[in-house]
Amino acid sequence: MMASSYNAKDEDGHITVSGPGGGTLRSKKPENTAFKQQRLPAWQPILTAGTVLPAFFIIGLLFIPIGIGLFVTSNNIKEFEVDYTGVDMSSPCFNCSQNFSWNSTKPCTCTIPFYLDQPYESNVYVYYGLSNFYQNHRRYVKSRDDSQLNGDVNSLMSPSKECEPYAFHENKPIAPCGAIANSMFNDTLELFYNDPNGTRIPIPLNTTGIAWWTDKHVKFGNPGGNNPNLTAAFQGTTKPVNWRRPVYELDADPGNNGFINEDFIVWMRTAALPTFRKLYRIINKKSSMVPTLPRGNYTLEVVYNYPVRSFEGRKRVILSTISWMGGKNPFLGIAYITVGSVCFFLGVVLLIIHHKCGNRNNSADISN
Amino acid sequence: VFCPQQEERRVRANDREYNEKFQYASNCIMTSKYNIVTFLPVNLFEQFQEVANTYFLFLLILQLIPQISSLSWFTTIVPLALVLSITAVKDATDDYFRHKSDNQVNNRQSQVLIRGSLQNEKWMNVRVGDIIKLENNQFVAADLLLLSSSEPHGLCYIETAELDGESNMKVRQSVSVTSALGDPNNLALFDGEVVCEPPNNKLDRFCGTLYWRDKKYTLTNQNMLLRGCVLRNTEACYGLVIFAGPDTKLMQNSGRTKFKRTSIDRLMNTLVLWIFGFLVCMGVILAVGNAVWEREVGSLFQSYLPWDPPVDNFLFSAFLSFWSYVIILNTVVPISLYVSVEVIRLGHSYFINWDQQMFCSQCNTPAEARTTTLNEELGQVEYIFSDKTGTLTQNIMSFNKCSINGKTYVKMYFQRLDFTPFNPLADPNFCFYDDTLLESVKVGDTHTHKFFRLLSLCHTVMSEEKSEGELFYKAQSPDEGALVTAARNFGFVFRSRTPGTITTTEMGRPVTYTLLAILDFNNIRKRMSVIVRNPEGRICLYCKGADTVLLERLHPCNQELMNITSDHLNEYAADGLRTLALAYRDLSEDEWEAWSESHRCADKAASCREDRLAAAYEQIEQDMMLLGATAIEDKLQEGVPETIAVLSLANIKIWVLTGDKQETAVNIGYSCKMLTDDMTEVFIISGHTVQSVRQELGSVCLSLNGTGGGGKQLQCPPPSPPPPPSNLMDNISGEFALVINGHSLAHALEADMETEFVSTACACKAVICCRVTPLQKAQVVELIKKHKKAVTLAIGDGANDVSMIKSAHIGVGISGQEGIQAVLASDYSFSQFRFLQRLLLVHGRWSYLRMCRFLCYFFYKNFAFTMVHFWFGFFCGFSAQTVYDQYFITLYNIVYTSLPVLAMGIFDQDVPDQRSLEYPKLYEPGQLNLLFNKREFFICIAQGIYTSVVLFFVPCAVLSNATQSTGVPLADYQTFAVTTATTLVIVVSVQIALDTGFWTVINHVFVWGSLGLYFTIMFALHSQTLFKIFPNQFHFVGSAQSTLLQPVVWLTIALATAICIVPVLAFRFLKVDLKPQLSDTVRKHTR
Repeated sequence: MMASSYNAKDEDGHITVSGPGGGTLRSKKPENTAFKQQRLPAWQPILTAGTVLPAFFIIGLLFIPIGIGLFVTSNNIKEFEVDYTGVDMSSPCFNCSQNFSWNSTKPCTCTIPFYLDQPYESNVYVYYGLSNFYQNHRRYVKSRDDSQLNGDVNSLMSPSKECEPYAFHENKPIAPCGAIANSMFNDTLELFYNDPNGTRIPIPLNTTGIAWWTDKHVKFGNPGGNNPNLTAAFQGTTKPVNWRRPVYELDADPGNNGFINEDFIVWMRTAALPTFRKLYRIINKKSSMVPTLPRGNYTLEVVYNYPVRSFEGRKRVILSTISWMGGKNPFLGIAYITVGSVCFFLGVVLLIIHHKCGNRNNSADISN
Repeated sequence: VFCPQQEERRVRANDREYNEKFQYASNCIMTSKYNIVTFLPVNLFEQFQEVANTYFLFLLILQLIPQISSLSWFTTIVPLALVLSITAVKDATDDYFRHKSDNQVNNRQSQVLIRGSLQNEKWMNVRVGDIIKLENNQFVAADLLLLSSSEPHGLCYIETAELDGESNMKVRQSVSVTSALGDPNNLALFDGEVVCEPPNNKLDRFCGTLYWRDKKYTLTNQNMLLRGCVLRNTEACYGLVIFAGPDTKLMQNSGRTKFKRTSIDRLMNTLVLWIFGFLVCMGVILAVGNAVWEREVGSLFQSYLPWDPPVDNFLFSAFLSFWSYVIILNTVVPISLYVSVEVIRLGHSYFINWDQQMFCSQCNTPAEARTTTLNEELGQVEYIFSDKTGTLTQNIMSFNKCSINGKTYVKMYFQRLDFTPFNPLADPNFCFYDDTLLESVKVGDTHTHKFFRLLSLCHTVMSEEKSEGELFYKAQSPDEGALVTAARNFGFVFRSRTPGTITTTEMGRPVTYTLLAILDFNNIRKRMSVIVRNPEGRICLYCKGADTVLLERLHPCNQELMNITSDHLNEYAADGLRTLALAYRDLSEDEWEAWSESHRCADKAASCREDRLAAAYEQIEQDMMLLGATAIEDKLQEGVPETIAVLSLANIKIWVLTGDKQETAVNIGYSCKMLTDDMTEVFIISGHTVQSVRQELGSVCLSLNGTGGGGKQLQCPPPSPPPPPSNLMDNISGEFALVINGHSLAHALEADMETEFVSTACACKAVICCRVTPLQKAQVVELIKKHKKAVTLAIGDGANDVSMIKSAHIGVGISGQEGIQAVLASDYSFSQFRFLQRLLLVHGRWSYLRMCRFLCYFFYKNFAFTMVHFWFGFFCGFSAQTVYDQYFITLYNIVYTSLPVLAMGIFDQDVPDQRSLEYPKLYEPGQLNLLFNKREFFICIAQGIYTSVVLFFVPCAVLSNATQSTGVPLADYQTFAVTTATTLVIVVSVQIALDTGFWTVINHVFVWGSLGLYFTIMFALHSQTLFKIFPNQFHFVGSAQSTLLQPVVWLTIALATAICIVPVLAFRFLKVDLKPQLSDTVRKHTR
């Protein structure tokens, strides 16, 4: 009686909870695709003696020659280094280092003689080096305004907060602002060759080509673009507290003055470690016949402006030639030789272990 | 059921003003959590309740303090925003669909009786106290009190699949006084008042009273139509809305289930806490360093670099530096960890859902991962607790044997009986083999006739007759269906029922019995009875039930027959059949009247109604005459013995927990190869008292000891047991099995015996618990969880397994014959027991492997990345200067290194799926927790720290003196940053390449793509174009180009990579070569 009125049609849209009664007749079988069934074709590398041991030997055989090459190259590079901080009583710069402070106006000069026992053939690079100078300190690193250094006029007149406390001096904006610029290295170094017959020949030092191309041409720029009158462009700003000259008097060459002065740019590229060197000058090779710096006596004349004794810093000068891989760097070569030898040695050890007690037996090993 | 008087619900029909006083919830449901306005604040509030998110918010606030900020604010906010927005998008999508379904449900139409006429109203406008009309196949709009129906006696039929998953029809009946109110005009005048219990979530209980015309009528669940049901086989009915919307039982039941966590989750949380501790230690070390430095060096250095204004001494500076370092070093616990873990688990869940080999084509059901957070735990299961019926067996019952009046009818001939000539109403699918039974029916043996009459009357099956003779039975349990079908074939055909009658065709003659009472079945009574009056007017009680309860209630004169029948029952049970005993009792008119009165009393009782009813039933079910017994076969599911064999080879212990009797359970144990004849001994514990159980356990323990090899003796002190250490138990040689009865189990689970029970049971290879109640099932699971630090899995198909499924670490539901309650409570569901081996050995194993590899690598790469800052601290005056560019820090975890490790975490395979089924031992590392534990974690951390040392000191040593080929020194900060970052990205890419064992196209794309992306993004960020737009944001202009053009830089990168990778390679090679794991060997031979 009741059966007659029964029909199984479900009203449309009334199935909200899926249950066995509410199912449709559509097959719910999952698709048979390689992705869904986790059967994607795949490369399954295994660490076997056949792959690992050759890898060790190859690394060894690659690294050792590279290391030797690097080591030899590095050894062929000539480098001379002299510390002129003036810590010792005997040091020529002792006096300068003793009675010097930032606000001293009287320049102090000291002369350091040295002897090169072999001639420097190619271009010679002159570096100054500082030790125990924390250019990588967080507060130091961020204390600059890249907008200002890029030549932005607004930032020139209102330097970023990051520059504090070197943003304003006597209510005038500092250009360039910040602790980095304020502490710019300002010793002057001059080199003289002491001719065997006693005359001091000054060696010409090239002041350009010492900064990154992008720094010089993209990152740094003077306000007002190519306006040759930098004094006007920097009107209304003041020089950093520790500086003796304003930024627009760094160099007579307008292409190397203001923010695009290369000494300034080099300083502004902060070092990663507390002991660092920065490129100061380049001595270009004059002709292929004469060595750039012949063997003999030299004099380094330093106008000692930069105080480092207060924080036990050191200052030095480095003369170096370079190769395709840069300056003298014995560590890289030695490291390569060491790693290569260790790899080779490991390969041999592993080969022996593998032969003596390695697990090379076959399917007998698989058991449940 | 006690109905609290102080909290009750009063509803008066057709009186909206009266009902509005109580401010009952309207019928509008809202499962959605947000709307457009509240979404952002509410969602963010919820997300910041996660500790990790709050931690990153805290970091963000720290970064806004200029003196502390060592990183730009965006390094934290970009990943945080990404994570928050991914979660928010997911929540929003979920909620959108909830809104949609809410809207759709709320806008369904229903017919409401308003001021005497039927009007169409949306569901959401239906109020408590309204009378609504339902038509056939319509969903019930709210919880209704059935008032009247188009069918006789105020009956109506409902399907409750949506509510409890049972697909059979159930009957509901209105109170007799209201069933007369047939048409809307009368109903409009109905002003009865219902007083009932407050809203609750009990689907099968309702307790209330109807007051109408100064009379009281008791209301029960039988009078209720619950929301979510569908009206069937009934033209129309009227109901009074009692509970609406959120108060309905359906909505009250939709609470969230308990959130399960995996052991990896817990380990991960511990490790994250440790890492926080580590972070604080690092911070303290560096802060102390800062104090020393500022005092010794920094104070002298003030002419170049004065302290920031608020800082006036080195201690304050150290304090600030601590926080700065907390910000920098926070990347050891990257925010992306939790998101990545979720993504990987989601991927694994999809693979489970997509697996064709876990799809059952007969029932058109794919496997389903209902919980997406447990996958890797599937690879660590040690104990499986399985239900028997419907899980190991098919739960398709066939009437197999019977014993009638002491004569057993069993399978003797192989020819199937043909019933059609004898009985046109027979079910053609029915199989029976003993023709003597048919003969006995034909000759009219009284006992045989009574036997089948009982089967045709004593049940709760509903019938459906689409056309004459074409009968369909809808039974709540398959056993009942099988019995009624058997009676049908032997000539006692159940045709139809009304609440007061049962109509049958007995030997071709239609008979209508008056149904006087149904004494329901439940798990405690384990029996059901009906009391009927036959056309001749004689009253008879028919009872069927479990032999243990039924044989106790027989008339003493049955002793001899009882003995014979008991023997038969034991025989049947030994064949693994499910048995029931049948009995009847003739009642005199007086007896019936007397009992009927006491029954009515009990029925009306307001309190303890259930208990009083049970007592009344007990009273009449006495002095019965035994008729015989039935045996029903439940066939094993396909592949069960093989699956159990594979799982036990994988060192998984399987416990069967069943409600069946001992013999049946043991027999099934043998047929599914859990128990074998090779076993040294099968212990049986069936004591009824505490002492006897203790004694039996003690003797089991002794015999375990007696054969125990290696001289290690197991302590077996019967009186007061200090628990024997489980590792001693592992030394027992030989295979043992334990069978324990429900009543013994109750004693064994008591506090003083449970340790002894656990250690004994765990020493056995197989454990079968029979005659257990659902609660005991859960107790057993809890016991193992408590005493063994093992992962448990419970698998079952019925409502009685729900508690067990919920209490185990992993619950698996079999979607089968018994509704979907188990499935709804489960974490994983599929339709065949044999899919379990694939779920555990393939998906579980892979998930575990992938998750472990993922975590190892993830911690490694972040330590390698972050610890570089720590070493740099010693060279930069502990000033919290970062080594890398801030953009690199922002993007490292979310762009440069996220995808390759995700691809590994989702797609990696060490051995193909069929291999892990062939070598079940491959499953063991997961159980022993070998792939990711505290030791592995420290190895990863150590490797990460080693890498960070190399990453910092190699470039440091090389670059400090090196110059470009133009003579410009390379030791500037930006070159150093670019070199270190590039080396880091290359080293971790090489490492992921070593870790990945399964290079699909996706892995290749992600690994190479990430490297490519790194260089592309770096060149873009260092480009002149970006610098010209934001000169203050992109300080690194030109660095990438100027650095990466230097051969020295590349030589440095190669050197550092070699130093990082070569030891790992050598170590891994030695491990595979000298101590290969089974997976290594299998993998080698798979090629």
